Amino acid sequence: MHELSIAMNIIEIAAEEKDKAGGGAIQSVELEVGTLSGVVVDALQFALEVSVKGTVLEHAKIDIHPVEATASCNRCGLSFPVGDLFTSCPHCQSFDTRLVSGGELRFRSFILE
Amino acid sequence: MCDTCGCGQPDQSFRIQKPQNPSTHTHAHEHTHSHGDVAHSHTHEHSHEHPHLHEAGQDAGHAHQFHDASHEHPHGTQIMIGQDLLAKNNLLAERNRGFFEARHITAINLVSSPGSGKTSLLEETILALRQEIAFFIIEGDQQTMLDADRIHKTGVPVIQINTGNGCHLDAVMIQKAVKELDPSDHSMLLIENVGNLVCPSLFDLGETRRVVIMSTTEGEDKPLKYPNMFRTSHLCVINKTDLLPYVDFQIDKAIDYARQVNPHLEFMEVSVKSGKGLENWYKWLRQNLS
Ligand SMILES: Nc1nc2c(ncn2[C@@H]2O[C@H](COP(=O)(O)OP(=O)(O)O)[C@@H](O)[C@H]2O)c(=O)[nH]1
Ligand SMILES: [Mg+2]
Ligand SMILES: [Zn+2]
Repeated sequence: MHELSIAMNIIEIAAEEKDKAGGGAIQSVELEVGTLSGVVVDALQFALEVSVKGTVLEHAKIDIHPVEATASCNRCGLSFPVGDLFTSCPHCQSFDTRLVSGGELRFRSFILE
Repeated sequence: MCDTCGCGQPDQSFRIQKPQNPSTHTHAHEHTHSHGDVAHSHTHEHSHEHPHLHEAGQDAGHAHQFHDASHEHPHGTQIMIGQDLLAKNNLLAERNRGFFEARHITAINLVSSPGSGKTSLLEETILALRQEIAFFIIEGDQQTMLDADRIHKTGVPVIQINTGNGCHLDAVMIQKAVKELDPSDHSMLLIENVGNLVCPSLFDLGETRRVVIMSTTEGEDKPLKYPNMFRTSHLCVINKTDLLPYVDFQIDKAIDYARQVNPHLEFMEVSVKSGKGLENWYKWLRQNLS
């Protein structure tokens, strides 16, 4: 499952960044997951639960912030909220849109003790 | 968990194997050592820019403070990172892409649900075009060597990546496999991804083109159910058109759905079994040779 690969990436980034920051215990982590990123938050949470053991995130609280999706129309330029990847522009009905937000998969921050 | 493969072990090892060569290499914990060489670029990015934070509307107001990159919290120090979770894969994918470009190698990533006809299409393509195009094949599967063995029979160089618990190929696997396969300049590298329409969509391999295959024995609504895959593909091949008289599949409807997700997607209707429409596929491959 790709959530598992992503959980591994999260742990890796946390370990690297913790070293850069000079060590200490990671108290909590903030992640951003776009609602249309292709990653299911529940699956990611579960993947993290099964993979953090023995890592720098073992005792960290992990907050996953969903990021709502917004699309922008490539034809008329309108920005509008979307709940999926196949909604047409409410102004000109074009399906030629791009995602402005909602595709995020990002390690936002952590708190070191 | 992942509905498609149901895997649940945090074991990220994979295995690369040639059909004729019984010696195998298992790359356990690939993520740990393979990424070591790219860590430095993140170091630099981290200290002086957080472009992603500016893009996220909700964070725009805070973004400037992040240059300082740390805040005192009552219980600890907050460190802002702002790194894309797929950054390492994306970086490696770009390296693969640069390698392919420099060597004039056309890399095609074939994705589909299991059984849509990826391996069959590869076999036919190799037999039809091997006189004019030098093919190199990477087969991705969770467990078996079956597809690599099928391709091996055609005589072209092939390598199997077994992803084990993983349900997609990633850029590291391609980098390792390409090193062993050693494709020649001006060749075409055909990569059969793991049969799965969810996970492979997020992992750029560095391919020149991504091709999604669906067959007439599947639902027309696949593009709506797996929009990420259809959105990131360049071409959609609709296979098994020989079965159209016997199934309910409406091609126009499938194409309409796919266009809603990706108005730039090209379409091609083929039957690998009867050979109908394959000329268009061959033409497309020739056009995409670099
Ligand atoms: N009727 C029909 N069957 C096909 C066609 N292409 C492939 N198949 C069959 O579909 C099954 C799965 O094909 P395969 O190439 O292994 O699919 P893969 O899992 O995507 O690699 C095999 O039994 C093939 O013989 C086609 O055009 N028409
Ligand atoms: Mg196959
Ligand atoms: Zn519009």
